[in-house]
Amino acid sequence: MTDTTHGHASSTGISNVKLGMWAFLGSECLLFGGLISTYMLYRGRVTGGPRPSQIFDIPFTSVSSFILLMSSLTMVLAVSAAHKEDDRKINLWLTVTALLGATFVGGQVYEFTAFYKEGLGFSTSLFGSSFYTLTGFHGVHVTVGIIMLMSLVGILKRSKVPGKKAEVVEMIGLYWHFVDIVWIIIFTLVYLIPV
Amino acid sequence: MAIIERPVSLEVQPLIVVAPATPSSAMGAIKRPVVTKGWRQWVFTVDHKKIGIMYMVTAMFFFLVGGLEAVAIRLQLALPNGKILNADLYNQMFTMHATTMVFLFVMPMAAGFANYFIPLQIGARDVAFPRINAFGFWALLFGGLFINLSWFLGGAADGGWFMYAPNSGPIFSPSHGVDFWALGLQITGIASLTGAINLIVTILNMRAPGMKLMRMPIFTWMILVVQFLLAFAVPVITVALFLLSFQRNFGATFFDVAAGADPLLWQHLFWIFGHPEVYILILPSFGIISEVLPVFSRKPLFGYPFVVFSGAAIGFVGWGVWAHHMFATGLGPISVAVFSISTMAIAVPTGVKIVNWTLTLWGGKLWFTTAMKFSIGLIVLFTIGGLSGVTHSVAPSDTQQTDTYYVVAHFHYVLFGGAVLGLFSGFYYWWPKMFGKMLNEKLGSWNFWLMIIGMNLTFGPMHILGLQGQPRRMYLWTENRAGEGFFNFGFWNLVSSIGSLVLTVGVLVFLINVFITARNGKVAPLDPWGARSLEWMTSNPPKEHNFDSIPTVRHLDEFFHRKYAEDANGQMQQIATAEEVLKQLEDNADAHIHMPSPSYWPIVLAFGLPIITFGLIYSHLISVVGGVIVLFAAYGWALESSTAPDSDFESNTPGTGLDKVGANHD
Repeated sequence: MTDTTHGHASSTGISNVKLGMWAFLGSECLLFGGLISTYMLYRGRVTGGPRPSQIFDIPFTSVSSFILLMSSLTMVLAVSAAHKEDDRKINLWLTVTALLGATFVGGQVYEFTAFYKEGLGFSTSLFGSSFYTLTGFHGVHVTVGIIMLMSLVGILKRSKVPGKKAEVVEMIGLYWHFVDIVWIIIFTLVYLIPV
Repeated sequence: MAIIERPVSLEVQPLIVVAPATPSSAMGAIKRPVVTKGWRQWVFTVDHKKIGIMYMVTAMFFFLVGGLEAVAIRLQLALPNGKILNADLYNQMFTMHATTMVFLFVMPMAAGFANYFIPLQIGARDVAFPRINAFGFWALLFGGLFINLSWFLGGAADGGWFMYAPNSGPIFSPSHGVDFWALGLQITGIASLTGAINLIVTILNMRAPGMKLMRMPIFTWMILVVQFLLAFAVPVITVALFLLSFQRNFGATFFDVAAGADPLLWQHLFWIFGHPEVYILILPSFGIISEVLPVFSRKPLFGYPFVVFSGAAIGFVGWGVWAHHMFATGLGPISVAVFSISTMAIAVPTGVKIVNWTLTLWGGKLWFTTAMKFSIGLIVLFTIGGLSGVTHSVAPSDTQQTDTYYVVAHFHYVLFGGAVLGLFSGFYYWWPKMFGKMLNEKLGSWNFWLMIIGMNLTFGPMHILGLQGQPRRMYLWTENRAGEGFFNFGFWNLVSSIGSLVLTVGVLVFLINVFITARNGKVAPLDPWGARSLEWMTSNPPKEHNFDSIPTVRHLDEFFHRKYAEDANGQMQQIATAEEVLKQLEDNADAHIHMPSPSYWPIVLAFGLPIITFGLIYSHLISVVGGVIVLFAAYGWALESSTAPDSDFESNTPGTGLDKVGANHD
């Protein structure tokens, strides 16, 4: 019985969706690699407007980073609940993960607004362009993750998820952890290492 | 489509009956497509073979478009003071010629071959993600059309295919051409990325029992390497294109030198993508001729593991040579030395392949079919192009050659003499497999010789022109600057232009051949070439489910070993005909084969993308419409299972005499 859907024996023993997600995340590394390189090249180039050290609010961003990292923990709990087929807990932890992610994105929106008021626009300087591009791309990734989490909650409620439930939860989990790990790198390089 | 049922008893003729399907609803309202006739069977298909053919047709269309652009360029340069194109149009012409040939011809043509033949070569019934596969094709088609739309909306991109910033910024390229170019390439990039993920998973995960990695055909191996290159190279140009678009549309300063920007940033990002890209273009053709040469030499490929590992080595080292495109930018002596050496080093695995192919021919019973001729043509012409490439790796010599026609000569020898000849070899070799008819060999011979003569006449003189100092992208030359004697510009430009017309005739002969073959071509026997690999172990053209039963693989060149075995004296003797091998598979046919079902969502989702990008150029409201389409299709997609559930097919339609044979196996 050979089928092309997931759940059947594969040559590597890893399911198709999982292998596909890993390949995608490998590709994403290069995307963020390019963006981070651009930022590192340009972060000190300020011809007008504020310098990084003048506007970064390290305690604030540390707190929002912590919130994002905690969302990885709740994601793990959701995956674990999915393996135990505990539908109530899957829903709970997916929702909490999405809320924590939304808090992080909210923090980013607040931060962008504050920076803009302090004079750092998208086209103010090379620092501004590359900072907003890099952190903006990350923010979009988190937002896409939140949309996937909430959609999953909705789909699970109508129990219409095609394929195995646990695997779908795990897939979104992989993506979510990746986005968190990227943030650790961005936070270190952008905020913590002085120019 | 969908489920194929067979009566359990083989007493009855094992007729293949496609069970009638009643679609369940995919989103509560929309039922999935079931029609298997007319245009719908193509537009909503998820069959890798149909998608492969659609890739090839699209690529061939863009090949003709790109070819016409090339002919326009050559006509302009044929005589002094050319009047065919003005400077502006000339810039658009060479930019779009290169963009079309690279992104819309060679890449999709290779993707077409890969789509069609990878599942067949590894003994699978489809790819890992059939709907993503369909999406990839539609995104490529819409992206390609989107880029070319710029011709009609104020002029195409004009910055050369590598679109160096800041030259491609709004000041020097004020038309929307560059916007169309950058956004269109994002769409084709999405197509490449999804295609790469799909094929990586397909090759790694869906091999038939016993098909170890080192038993895979070389074509499959090379495609695997290419997909990894794509997966890691495409995101880098994605970043570059985003930076460029943000600069042009939202006032970012990435390439604004007055704001302190580094003009080399674009070059680095582009070539980190761009150099792996050239291996993305050439390796599929290397794979094709590694299939063709052994078959027509009646010998196994010489040094199979060396060919595999040298292909992988090219894939790795290909990441460490990008700055050799930038020797003239003043990188500093250390960088130049390092990239010089790595560029010389990458010639080694390529040379290994040339040696392996040559030794495959050595002592073989050569059969000079058209496919074989194209393969041998590749070995010879690619070697010439490879050698001129090694002269670029010598930095002082490269500084002399940078931005001259010598570079143009080099990359046309490797891309036309390499990639394109390999693809044509593939057409002739696999045509009977895909369409059940043999391409005409006599016309094939004309096709081959006209293309070989045309290509050498066109690109050969460019070496001389380049070393004489004719700059690349020069739109006009005048008599008094042409020089005198044997090496004057005028003579060689004329030869080159005449060559491009010969080349055009050569391609036309191919199209005529296709047309004649379609009308009254010879019906292909099951195994016309005495082939060696799994894709020939099925009917011509293959059934929708590829194999009646999935073969168990015991050897490299499995099909050959099912036909031949050593006798007591160690001589290879035929033990079975191709028909007998196929019969054996048919006799053990699986009773219940469940194929992925067609879907509306891939084409709908892909259609949303150019609407978004169109809106980014003209009005963000249009983008919102595109975004809604994408979102709607994404949800439809997520809520629909890739393979329709069995319950869709439990039809009691009178006359089929079927009920759920083997449904419990699933």
